[in-house]
Amino acid sequence: MTINTQSIKANQAPELKEFRTEVAAWLAHNRPADPGFLLPQTFMEVGSEQVLDFLREWQHKVWSSGYLGMAWPEKYGGRGMQPVFQSIADQEMKRLRVPICFNVIGLGWAGPLIMDIGSEYEKDKYLKGILNAEDIWCQGFSEPNHGSDLGSIQTRAQRDGDDYVVNGSKIWTTMGNYAKYMILLARTDVQVERRYNGLSFFLAPMHAEGVTTTPIKKLTGEYGFTETFFTEARIPATSLMGEEGQGWHIAMKTLQYERGAEAGAAGGISILSIVMNDLLKMAQDVEREGQPLLKDPVTRDNLVKFLIEEKALYLAEKRIGIPALCADYPNSLPLSGKLRGTEFFRRMRQYALTLQGAQSSLYVGDDDTLEGGFWQRAYMNNFSTTIGGGTSQVQANIIGEHVLGLPKD
Amino acid sequence: MTSARTANMALTFSDEQAMILESAKSFCSDRSNISSVRSLLTSENGYSADVWSEMVALGWTGIAMPEQYGGSELGIGATIPLVESMGRHLLSTPYISTTIASQALQRGGSEEQKAKWLPQMVRGSVGALALLDNEDWGATNTSCTLSADFELQGSKLLVNDAAVADLFIVWAEHNGAQVLVLVEATALPASALSKKVLIDETKRACNICFNGVKLSAEAILPNSEAALRDSRLIGALLTAAEATGSSAAALDVVVAYLTSRVQFGRLIGSYQSLKHPTVEMLIAMDSARTLIYHAATVVNDKMLNQDAEIACRMAKAQATDALLFAGDRGIQFHGGMGFTYECDAQLYLRRALWMQHQYGDAQHQRLHLANLLLD
Repeated sequence: MTINTQSIKANQAPELKEFRTEVAAWLAHNRPADPGFLLPQTFMEVGSEQVLDFLREWQHKVWSSGYLGMAWPEKYGGRGMQPVFQSIADQEMKRLRVPICFNVIGLGWAGPLIMDIGSEYEKDKYLKGILNAEDIWCQGFSEPNHGSDLGSIQTRAQRDGDDYVVNGSKIWTTMGNYAKYMILLARTDVQVERRYNGLSFFLAPMHAEGVTTTPIKKLTGEYGFTETFFTEARIPATSLMGEEGQGWHIAMKTLQYERGAEAGAAGGISILSIVMNDLLKMAQDVEREGQPLLKDPVTRDNLVKFLIEEKALYLAEKRIGIPALCADYPNSLPLSGKLRGTEFFRRMRQYALTLQGAQSSLYVGDDDTLEGGFWQRAYMNNFSTTIGGGTSQVQANIIGEHVLGLPKD
Repeated sequence: MTSARTANMALTFSDEQAMILESAKSFCSDRSNISSVRSLLTSENGYSADVWSEMVALGWTGIAMPEQYGGSELGIGATIPLVESMGRHLLSTPYISTTIASQALQRGGSEEQKAKWLPQMVRGSVGALALLDNEDWGATNTSCTLSADFELQGSKLLVNDAAVADLFIVWAEHNGAQVLVLVEATALPASALSKKVLIDETKRACNICFNGVKLSAEAILPNSEAALRDSRLIGALLTAAEATGSSAAALDVVVAYLTSRVQFGRLIGSYQSLKHPTVEMLIAMDSARTLIYHAATVVNDKMLNQDAEIACRMAKAQATDALLFAGDRGIQFHGGMGFTYECDAQLYLRRALWMQHQYGDAQHQRLHLANLLLD
């Protein structure tokens, strides 16, 4: 999957430019009309059939028009093109703020993993359904009471003839009630000394007998997650990926594709980006004593603080590429990226609500909410990023210990 | 995807800059260990003349100067790794004052003024900007006047490295215009300088009375307005670079203590109440470093454009706030030791308190940024 995009950029720049214009025109022309509900900003907001159908139709349309899975081979539903084209399509989707491609676990985790290390059987069976949104995927790593400490996984999978018998439960299963498949991390060996070595990775069918889901109502008031229970659930032995005991290794591999099409992901935007420009626009629209809040000196000072922070965030990505400027703490920027980014957005979105005055006391569903309650939803949902994948507090421990060399608790 | 006016995301680092950084790191760490820093605290001029001579011999004073004046013409951005390294090792010399003064001269001076002074500054003559009438770095006019027959009246406060300066560049009003004028140190009686007691003992500054100094029309920088504006921005950037280095050093001091001091049976660095704010120090320092090298990328020898102004002001606001946080927490985390003069943590807090005001504090920078970014 390593393709020299530098040379493509150098040799075929006009072709890329032309493609960018093409995809932008297509998106502008084909973006769906206002569905009459608040568009999901993330795939964790698919809480009703109505939202599901809308997003499924959109992703199918993007795919069937050739703007999703562009770098995957044609026989699996892709177009066999250079990843740079998908990256450009993704950039345009982000810029034009079209709806998300919601099958995120399929497009960005399971799909690239199967492309990378899957068997021919697995590629044939799974890839196309990921792209055309017929098969929704979910992820089963976290368990109740264990948060992001995957070494403590208790869910058991025991080989029995041509099946594995699975017992246990998973939590925070995004779209668990709509998914056809789950990437499942379960314990196949309780004897090994190192806890991680007893884990195995499955491409597990969700419609198997003994698999049930209970929707979880989020703080936002909607659904989107489930708790998933396995009770003597039988899944075929063929759903094991790789070999028993390789689960941890494979699970870590799934995380590396998140960096986009160049890293193997199918493409499509997974979140609706909210940037400082959106906050500035709001501060221009909201008035205090007859003038825009954007004129208020205290508000201005706060907004500039956020602008400085936002700029440093984006520029950090550039500095990571210059080792001479990261020599004293080489792992600092990569390891602190999640903490810096997610906490910035949490505070920025919280501030957006503060600026709305009394209007921020309204909620999604009230006709008078600003932008349909966009910021209310954005702020609350942002906690999924400061909590999920290791809370900010765990991140701070990791940075303190692995970057600064401070002792463990 | 950011605000159009913050969209400049240039950050490059040339091979020359990387080489400068490497040699600066080893030079500063070698010439400025903590005991030599401490021994200079009570010295007359606050720096080692030998070290200053060595820096001149290495060509550092000419890095940003055009070749025609004996410099290597690498641009002011190439001094940032140097200044950051000096900050990291608390290495004080007149380098920063002189660099800012030579920038003012290069940007606003006549050919004759530049030809006379820039080669001297490349060879180690010390220059200093004299701007302040009072505590306000953001002033838009000055009470210091240059009369119609070119006599100065007025005083300037807190002129850095004034006692060793060969040349002052003084902000005055002349016939209703704001001008920068060149005043040679030899034109001043010794009584004109009064040495100030500074909170950062690694720094030196004087108040200067310019009353009665007689000049000629040739002392006025023809392009004073641009030179005044740009040299203040470059002053902010160099201060930010030095502060960033000092933040990294303050962090080192804190980490060393947190990984050696035991209380209640544990290394204190294992307590999250200390560990997490120390990570905040790191992140604030990292952001400052990112922003100073972005600014180093977008400043050049031409009149600074809006992107450069935004970059310099953001760098300053971030870097001195980061240092103040590190300096403050550094004292606290050393417990009783932190309350003593002997503990090195005080060096960074004192520096933070001095540095936050140089060329305008963070709030001042944000006020200007608000006008640049929000209107």
